[in-house]
Amino acid sequence: MRPVIQVAALVKHYGDVQAVRGIDLEVRPGEIFGFLGPNGAGKSTTISILCTLVKPTSGRASVAGFDVESDPAAVRARIGLVFQDPSLDAQLTARENLEFHAFLYGLQRRVRSERIDAALSTVELMDRAASKVMTFSGGMKRRLEIARGMLHYPEVLFLDEPTLGLDPQTRNHIWKYLHDLRTREGITIFMTTHYMDEAEYCDRIAIIDAGTIVALGTPAELKAMVGGDVVTITAADPASAADAVRAAFTLEPVVDDGTIRVEVPDAAAFMPRLFAETDVPITAVASRRPSLDDVFLKLTGHAIREEGGGHVDMLRQFGAAWQGRRR
Amino acid sequence: MTDHALAAPVAPPRSVAARGANLRGVYIIWYRDVLRFARDRGRLIVSFAQPLLYLLIFGTGLSSSLRGASGGFSGGLQYQQFIYPGVIGMSVLFTAMFGAMSIVWDREFGFLKEVLVAPISRAAVAVGKTLGGATQASIQGLIMLALAPVVGVRLTLVNVLELIPMIFVLAFALSAVGVALGARMRSLQGFQMVMNFLMMPMFFLSGALFPLSANLPAWMTVLTRLDPAAYGVDPLRRAVLGPAGDRLGLTLFGQTLAVWTEEALVLGFGLLMLAIAIRSFRQRD
Repeated sequence: MRPVIQVAALVKHYGDVQAVRGIDLEVRPGEIFGFLGPNGAGKSTTISILCTLVKPTSGRASVAGFDVESDPAAVRARIGLVFQDPSLDAQLTARENLEFHAFLYGLQRRVRSERIDAALSTVELMDRAASKVMTFSGGMKRRLEIARGMLHYPEVLFLDEPTLGLDPQTRNHIWKYLHDLRTREGITIFMTTHYMDEAEYCDRIAIIDAGTIVALGTPAELKAMVGGDVVTITAADPASAADAVRAAFTLEPVVDDGTIRVEVPDAAAFMPRLFAETDVPITAVASRRPSLDDVFLKLTGHAIREEGGGHVDMLRQFGAAWQGRRR
Repeated sequence: MTDHALAAPVAPPRSVAARGANLRGVYIIWYRDVLRFARDRGRLIVSFAQPLLYLLIFGTGLSSSLRGASGGFSGGLQYQQFIYPGVIGMSVLFTAMFGAMSIVWDREFGFLKEVLVAPISRAAVAVGKTLGGATQASIQGLIMLALAPVVGVRLTLVNVLELIPMIFVLAFALSAVGVALGARMRSLQGFQMVMNFLMMPMFFLSGALFPLSANLPAWMTVLTRLDPAAYGVDPLRRAVLGPAGDRLGLTLFGQTLAVWTEEALVLGFGLLMLAIAIRSFRQRD
């Protein structure tokens, strides 16, 4: 099947800042494709290029068969977008926001009201259709934005941090909706996130760091890159404990924030040997299946940093960054 | 069995489809602005209050002191009557230019992105916004006509019918100025600062508050003739005050301008500003 998104050697510079340094990827039709990386890794820049909002410095990108640079209008007509921060008119009602969108995308009158009704009931906002958006909670706004992004039946739906700043319940709800949407409409979903647990919902993930893709595959494939299980050891003296582990086993322990982290093929078999073959005092031992956090840490040597501050501050920051980048 | 449903739908030729999309875009952008304006009762009242202050307080005050000196203002007119068309112009000026603040506002609150990623041209966005602002300002200006009896001016139906296109042309030109600036502005504060910097001189030099007669010093005469608003306020005065207004008609190089010349100048200026506004929006690409 022909890929619905094709990106080749994509580069974007802002003055001296290299936001994207040569990205290649292909997204298949009907796929949920995740772009995972810390803030400032180049996720939003890439998505902005794919949505024709930003021009690439070099390289090529096509969406739904059209080049983003030479045919932006054709691309725009075939994509839906859900932005990082809200882009609804708070003074208008939910239905009016959708009507505005339907009009902009040229939906015929009869189709318009049918689809708006269907979209509103899918995101469970039918009873609030006539309320102004300013009275909506963050989760309701995001649901309305997703409904809006889908209204013109795009071939690709782009979601930039779709669940940022939402509570876990709402996040799950939105994910369920996105999966239903993909199954029912067969659209392709391209999303960015810096939540590791969310990336697990994707069919395939590209891990991006400092403007380049460091790994690409299904969540299972990526996790297989970490050798088996992850064991974390807490010790009073982490450095000497790490030395002891290194000496006793052919392992490369990583000391991070006072705990020692090793990857072993089988944690259940490893732990008794750990106590038997080392003599440094150990406070606690835990083992778990590898997560995408571990993959990221292994590939980049650093953890995905969680931003501090409240959700609103985060939204503001990202909004400012997004605008600043387009300057 | 033949299956007609499988035949691919024939898409309309691209240029036709694009033109339709852009017209729809202009319409819906215009409609949204007007809808928001109609809902915002508070703004309507506030923007009505300012011209009223000029007319009733400033006008009455200055009128009394002028009467003390020379008995009347000019050609049998009261000062309040003289500034009445100017105040209509002011109302249009302020509303039109600040109407474009919605662009900066939309940018700040993210809604502009929804418009910019839509499959319509940037020109449609600029035209829709300019017409939206022009409509709001025209309504505001037309509401001011209700104050005619307060200052003792009689308006006939013909006067009103003349005034509608005049007010709209002025509103369009000034709204285009606002959109041209708003498309480039990043912050509300910046926009407000630039607007005030532009608007007050345009207002003072437009002849809204004093006649742009031969008595003005040369430097000021030059500045007033460079103010596009002057060519918009003068026709309003001539339509509202009749012959008394005609006697005060704006002159350029010693010639009293015809109303249609003034209107053409304002419209031309507006189209130029619109072209700049379209360029400003395109540059965001």
